[in-house]
Amino acid sequence: MNLLADALSWLADPSHWQGSGGIPLRIGQHLLLTALALVIASIIALPAGALLGRTRSGGAVIGAVAGSARALSTIGVLTLVGLWLGIGIGPPLVALVVLAVPSLLAGAYSGVQSVSGEVTAASRAIGMSSAQVIRRVELPLALPVIVGGARAAALQVVATATLAAYTADVGLGRYLFTGLKTQDYGQMLAGSILVILLAIILELAFAALQRLAARHAAPHSTPALSSRRTSS
Amino acid sequence: MSWLAQNWEQVVSLAGDHLALSLPAIALSILVAVPLGRFAQRRPRLGGPLTSAAALLYAIPALPMLIVVPVLLGVPLRSNANMIITLAAYGTALLVRSVVDGFGSVDRTVRESATAIGYSPIGMFWRVDLPLALPVILAGVRVVTVSTISLATIGALVGIGNLGSLLTDGFQRGITSEVLVGILATAILALALDGLLLIVGRALAPWRRVRA
Repeated sequence: MNLLADALSWLADPSHWQGSGGIPLRIGQHLLLTALALVIASIIALPAGALLGRTRSGGAVIGAVAGSARALSTIGVLTLVGLWLGIGIGPPLVALVVLAVPSLLAGAYSGVQSVSGEVTAASRAIGMSSAQVIRRVELPLALPVIVGGARAAALQVVATATLAAYTADVGLGRYLFTGLKTQDYGQMLAGSILVILLAIILELAFAALQRLAARHAAPHSTPALSSRRTSS
Repeated sequence: MSWLAQNWEQVVSLAGDHLALSLPAIALSILVAVPLGRFAQRRPRLGGPLTSAAALLYAIPALPMLIVVPVLLGVPLRSNANMIITLAAYGTALLVRSVVDGFGSVDRTVRESATAIGYSPIGMFWRVDLPLALPVILAGVRVVTVSTISLATIGALVGIGNLGSLLTDGFQRGITSEVLVGILATAILALALDGLLLIVGRALAPWRRVRA
């Protein structure tokens, strides 16, 4: 009746560490799905957010999108896209991209928008070209907030990738759903521990990245005190 | 939407279940986060690690949390208690930050004046700090409310009935309208409560408005 011992012995079983459905493969799938969703969502959201932030337009719309995205049920999006697009890896990927876009968009918008107009004007005055202003002034200054948006998006995606196993045979969530169906609490708990470890490692990595970006943006100030999420 | 016409009674009853899970969780989050956040703000040396721990707690995905909480606390997996505790944990983690910011936003000179005219520490909390921190805290409560309502749907995956049951049932039986109704009903419930809190906030703290 010791569930934790069950989970540990499940994790210690060498047969769970190899072949299709083995732990390394599942972790790989989970990470690949998460990374792919984040990259696709970034390609869509970052340029759009930066452009709108630069022209300082559409702030109300982005605020409304980010706000109402919070009211959207993640399994709702997963099951709906699953019904529309059928089985396979495609539907969960589409759902994850949809869920990652609002945070990234809000981060890029508020990051770029927060760069003072005087700073960019001064950069132009000392002879920087438009491309140089974007690459060497606006982007580094906006980066901490952009990374903050990516951090919130990554958190959302890695959690929802677990639920993706409900509609497709992918990722670590599979252990949770198999365990639930077969009343195998050891497997369920072992899978949960793996997902939690993965999510926490990702969160710590993004927090470190955000501190690095903040130090790069303002090298002479004291280290940034807060690592607030931009989307919430 | 003929599905809704035939099944609206079920939707209403599931919405009731949904509120029975979410409202206690939101209330619990406020009851825990306000003292905790106040403590963290008054004692930054302990408060720093505390808010970091809250951020890490918030990073834990919800489905694994629903599976781990019963092991740690001994509540049954498919129980309302499991769902309420899980939702309250996320709500507290999210709200502590706003509470720290809220109490931090109270002007020092205002507090000094209150001491000078003879406020006791308890009077200071209830009649100076809390009212002035309220707009920021309420903005946090609105965020917690909306995310709690949408997060509660996850419970349906382990068999805790709520509006999320429309999502799992609709998916398994291939009824797109049922899934759509589930998504919309959840979002409407979340936004309705958010609107209600907005009105309450304006009544409680009419002197200042903070956007969520």
